Amino acid sequence: MNWLTNNWPAVLELAGAHLMQSVVPVVIGLLISVPLARLAAGNRWLRPLFVTGSSLLYTIPSLTLFVVLPLILGTRITAVSNVIVALTLYVIAILVRSCVDAFESLDRDVLQAATAMGYKPARRFFGVELPLAVPVMIAGLRVATVSNISMVSVGAVIGIQSLGTLFTDGLRRSIVAEIVVGIVATVVIAVVLDQLLRLLGHTMTRWQRTGTAAPHASARRRDDTGDGADTGGARGAAGALATVESGGASA
Amino acid sequence: MTEMAIRYRGVSKVYPDGTTAVDNLDLDVPSGSLTVFVGPSGCGKTTSLRMLNRMVDPTSGVVEVNGQDVSSIPAAQLRRSMGYVMQQSGLLPHKTVEDNIATVPRLNGVSKKESRANARELLGSVGLDESLATRYPAQLSGGQQQRVGVARALAADPPVLLMDEPFSAVDPVVRQDLQHELLDLQKRLHRTIIFVTHDIDEAILLGNRVAVFARGGRLAQYATPEELLRAPADDFVADFIGRDRGFRSLSFENAAVALQPVTVLAADTGERTVVGPGSENPAPWQGTGAAASSDWVLAVDERRHPLGWLPVRSGGEAAGREELRVGGTLWHEGDSLRTALDAALSSPSGQAVAVHEDGSVAGVVPGEDVMRAIEEQRATRHHGAEQA
Repeated sequence: MNWLTNNWPAVLELAGAHLMQSVVPVVIGLLISVPLARLAAGNRWLRPLFVTGSSLLYTIPSLTLFVVLPLILGTRITAVSNVIVALTLYVIAILVRSCVDAFESLDRDVLQAATAMGYKPARRFFGVELPLAVPVMIAGLRVATVSNISMVSVGAVIGIQSLGTLFTDGLRRSIVAEIVVGIVATVVIAVVLDQLLRLLGHTMTRWQRTGTAAPHASARRRDDTGDGADTGGARGAAGALATVESGGASA
Repeated sequence: MTEMAIRYRGVSKVYPDGTTAVDNLDLDVPSGSLTVFVGPSGCGKTTSLRMLNRMVDPTSGVVEVNGQDVSSIPAAQLRRSMGYVMQQSGLLPHKTVEDNIATVPRLNGVSKKESRANARELLGSVGLDESLATRYPAQLSGGQQQRVGVARALAADPPVLLMDEPFSAVDPVVRQDLQHELLDLQKRLHRTIIFVTHDIDEAILLGNRVAVFARGGRLAQYATPEELLRAPADDFVADFIGRDRGFRSLSFENAAVALQPVTVLAADTGERTVVGPGSENPAPWQGTGAAASSDWVLAVDERRHPLGWLPVRSGGEAAGREELRVGGTLWHEGDSLRTALDAALSSPSGQAVAVHEDGSVAGVVPGEDVMRAIEEQRATRHHGAEQA
């Protein structure tokens, strides 16, 4: 504990760098993945190309990527931008697949109804498809975020500052407290971000959880046999998946 | 002259694999009428409907709505000018009931406040409580969702409503409510409605005119329900209409039958009187006349509503209440021959019980009188056809 009281400004600074390096790629990756996935969803040629292609990205070892990227991008090997680009690729690897799933899970009748009412494609995308894809999408987003938080540490090996620096430094100088602080801080960031995303998803999908409430008895005399109780399943499963994944990645 | 709201001219839809969904369709739909497209699955009825709002484009032919070739109107604009109701309502699950109803006005640029106020008004007209306005579709029953779907279709006040099997997924009791409410709604609104169903009974109940489609996208017959039942164009139509065709066609015949007096027995006092046409007040029972010779007396309550029939014993004494046979269906004066026949057939005495508006007994019609009326109608029609 002594170590932390003496070094907390440095730890805070590293945590800030860590947070930036993990969140920025998620945002960029999401902005790239959503249109890619929308193009690929239900498309005979693009779907296998994008889904398999993006999955292959994930097989590249992160250390290799950190070393190779500067050569391709012409950046310094210790530049933060390398980490941002590398992790964006990983985010795309995870998100393209789950966004494709999200778009393909949409109820075709609902989409058709939207079109038949006179929605134009762009408005339908932002007004109907995207909001309805959120439940499945948010699950992928949580996995990507948490996996990023653990991956950022690897950059420390080649000298990019993050909470991972506490591991490399602590290992070199045999300071156990430093390593422990690094682990705990990483876990805390992962849990907090994961819960924030869960909350975000929760507020964006209020319409999904209302099925269990019985319709008001006086609302309609005969046919109020509320039959919407089966809407919580998909969300429940998605949430459970994200929880399992986040537990695994931050450990 | 009736204005034609919708015209199909030589319209075909052939898919790239060679399947013909619609085969050279020519059809005119008068303005303000409810027209039903009916047929087995894969007969092109839904495809034909979807050509109206360009959800499907024909491979050949012209589809006109209110005198305009639909292919000349931008699809989104065309669709917003028509209400669309589908099976399973197709409500947007992430929007509240009022926002669902407000969808098309919102797309047309009406303010949120105004379109929501309008949506709440519409809830009432489809028989839903305003308290449902802020609920999500998942909180509603199937029947309620379907009502919201109808309200949504009406929100932009479109002259044309397209309804694609809107009631086929709700249970029969709710479906009956919805059907009758649609008829009431149409009486008030006079829209041009195209209604697709695979249920011939629904088609006959709702349609001013019915278009029967056969497999392969052929229009087999386009006629009023009455004509359809009486003179099916071919074996396919006759077969599709199915059993009870003759019986059901009686729904369209007004019954010109004379009421006969009947002996009624007040269940509370045991007093017998004779009720019949021309006598506002029941005549005292005298043990003579046509009504008295019947083997049955009709038991009534204090308001003279029928309770059931009691057999008359050989001594002229009516049987006790324990032998009461609950009567059949009732016939209101002015109802169709079908109702009269059904009332006679379902009555233990073989006599149809006729009731006044208030439900009190007006008299009876013996089954043979109903049969005679049916026979007379047939003869008149036959005679008329010969003269024409």
